[in-house]
Amino acid sequence: MVHPQAVLGTRTLFSGQYIVEAENLLKTFGDFVAVNRISFQVATGKCYGILGPNGAGKTTTVRMVYGFSPMSGGRLKVFGLDISRDWRQIKFHIGVCQQENSLDPDLTVLQNLEIFARYFDMPKKEARKKAMELLDFIALKHRLNAPVTELSGGMMRRLVLARSLINTPDLLILDEPTTGLDPQSRHQIWDRLGELQGKGITILLTTHYMEEASRLCDRLIIIDHGLILVEGNPGELIRQYVGGNVIEIARPTGELRSFIQARQLPHEDLGHRLIVYCEDRGELYQRITRDFCKEGCVMRLATLEDVFLKLTGRELRE
Amino acid sequence: MTQGFRIKISRRFLRVWGRNLKVYRKSWKISFIPPFLEPLFYLIAFGVGLSALVGNIRYQGSDISYMSFIAPALIGVSIMYNSFFETTYASFVRMYYQKTFDAMLATPLSLEEVITGEIVWGATKSFIAAAIMMGVISFFGFIRFPEGLLILPLAVLGGIAFGSIGMFFTGIVANIEMFNLPVFLFITPMFLFSGTFFPLENLPQWAQKAATLFPLTHLVNLSRAFSFGQIHISLLWEIGYLLLFSLIFFPLALLKMQQRLIK
Ligand SMILES: Nc1ncnc2c1ncn2[C@@H]1O[C@H](COP(=O)(O)OP(=O)(O)O)[C@@H](O)[C@H]1O
Ligand SMILES: [Mg+2]
Repeated sequence: MVHPQAVLGTRTLFSGQYIVEAENLLKTFGDFVAVNRISFQVATGKCYGILGPNGAGKTTTVRMVYGFSPMSGGRLKVFGLDISRDWRQIKFHIGVCQQENSLDPDLTVLQNLEIFARYFDMPKKEARKKAMELLDFIALKHRLNAPVTELSGGMMRRLVLARSLINTPDLLILDEPTTGLDPQSRHQIWDRLGELQGKGITILLTTHYMEEASRLCDRLIIIDHGLILVEGNPGELIRQYVGGNVIEIARPTGELRSFIQARQLPHEDLGHRLIVYCEDRGELYQRITRDFCKEGCVMRLATLEDVFLKLTGRELRE
Repeated sequence: MTQGFRIKISRRFLRVWGRNLKVYRKSWKISFIPPFLEPLFYLIAFGVGLSALVGNIRYQGSDISYMSFIAPALIGVSIMYNSFFETTYASFVRMYYQKTFDAMLATPLSLEEVITGEIVWGATKSFIAAAIMMGVISFFGFIRFPEGLLILPLAVLGGIAFGSIGMFFTGIVANIEMFNLPVFLFITPMFLFSGTFFPLENLPQWAQKAATLFPLTHLVNLSRAFSFGQIHISLLWEIGYLLLFSLIFFPLALLKMQQRLIK
């Protein structure tokens, strides 16, 4: 395994506090407002998450950041430069994992990296060297001459990650990097990203996996319908919006409902299930299990997912 | 802040061209077969089979064999086919199914460079096909040298013209099946009525006029003139027409692809 230092190099194109500064970022498609004047700042060297259900506007937002989509309004600076004027210079220093697989099926694993390096003006020799390092990094060296069409979903995702690192980017943009992967592949990606973070790369990540966000993000926003619902770090948000613990009760009785209501406990009633948010360390839980339900009642630590569902609702999207 | 129609082209389009060349080289032996066999098939079918019926034909005041009449036209047709089918079906597959352009647009390449790279690649395929066909056809003695060598730059010009209009269609079709329309309404009539298999003078006056609008008519006229070694100042008009056609459809292709892909 190559040390991530070798993969990342040590470049400091930009030494300001925020690598991305978005101010009132707006994107419309005809009359439809996909991103509704949102503002956020990605701190240099940190991982910033954009969370949201399907159709929230995550992809549209990051596409503006990497200069793929023109903005409909607002201001956007990347590396302190203006994306609509200095797009080429900015793109030299960004790595992108797009949501949809865009590996080149006409090429092999190694060629995918080498050809991509050429788009960044890397000399052939350097491209080969860097490609080999990256294949080592993502544990795909043994398949270097395989056509990408023969790779598994997890391998393809790792290759996309490697490809996005080919130019030694200062900012890595990941649009749902682990959606659709099996747990092993997902953890592989997380481990690789963890290593990169350790070396100080800046990441802008979109996801709807809360575990992923909790694990990787230093700071995040939850967006829905193109608007920011909250911003904060994962721990803060959990404490602020749901508290320390969650009690989930299956098939709640009327008595229990009255008990919860009388005590004015923050909760959500899903009909067949009741979710109670509490700071309490077990007293309430004991009371509920003793008096109202012998089984089908569990207490667990609150997670980001509770925050997410509380803020974005539980109805299906799309 | 919406960006208008702004053209951003640098030499970087060669990177896109290089990607296509790399893929082509992986299967060049197979890619070389059609331009090698095609003229042979046509010359045998039309030349040997038909010329028994047709005999010699009159072209620009002199009698020539039917085979030598169609041979340069076959090169013209091949120039048209190679670039047109490259920037329609093949580019569409890369754009729509393989998301190759999306990946490129996350790098320092601009959309204009991607599209230019594709069109120039189409012209390159025309060039390769024309070169191979020239080799085969000159074996039969139907091409005069050195004038015949002018067919090579002609292939690039024709390739750009047909590659541009092909890319224009790629910018506007809803799905890949819709290419049937321009193929049936534009390419096929040209293939038949551009002075390819019979002299235009055989057509009624109005049809002759209409045929001068076809870029293939001019491509075939030029190819024939170069093959016969009949270089004349009036050929500049034909070259001018192909240039004009390219100058119209190249920016139109960029515009339509921009409208299609920049979201
Ligand atoms: N090119 C487009 N034209 C029209 N609407 C679009 C386009 N791209 C995205 N949208 C709409 O914008 C909204 C946000 O999309 P997107 O950013 O892809 O969401 P997410 O990535 O969060 O799932 C969706 O409602 C989507 O349908
Ligand atoms: Mg998305």
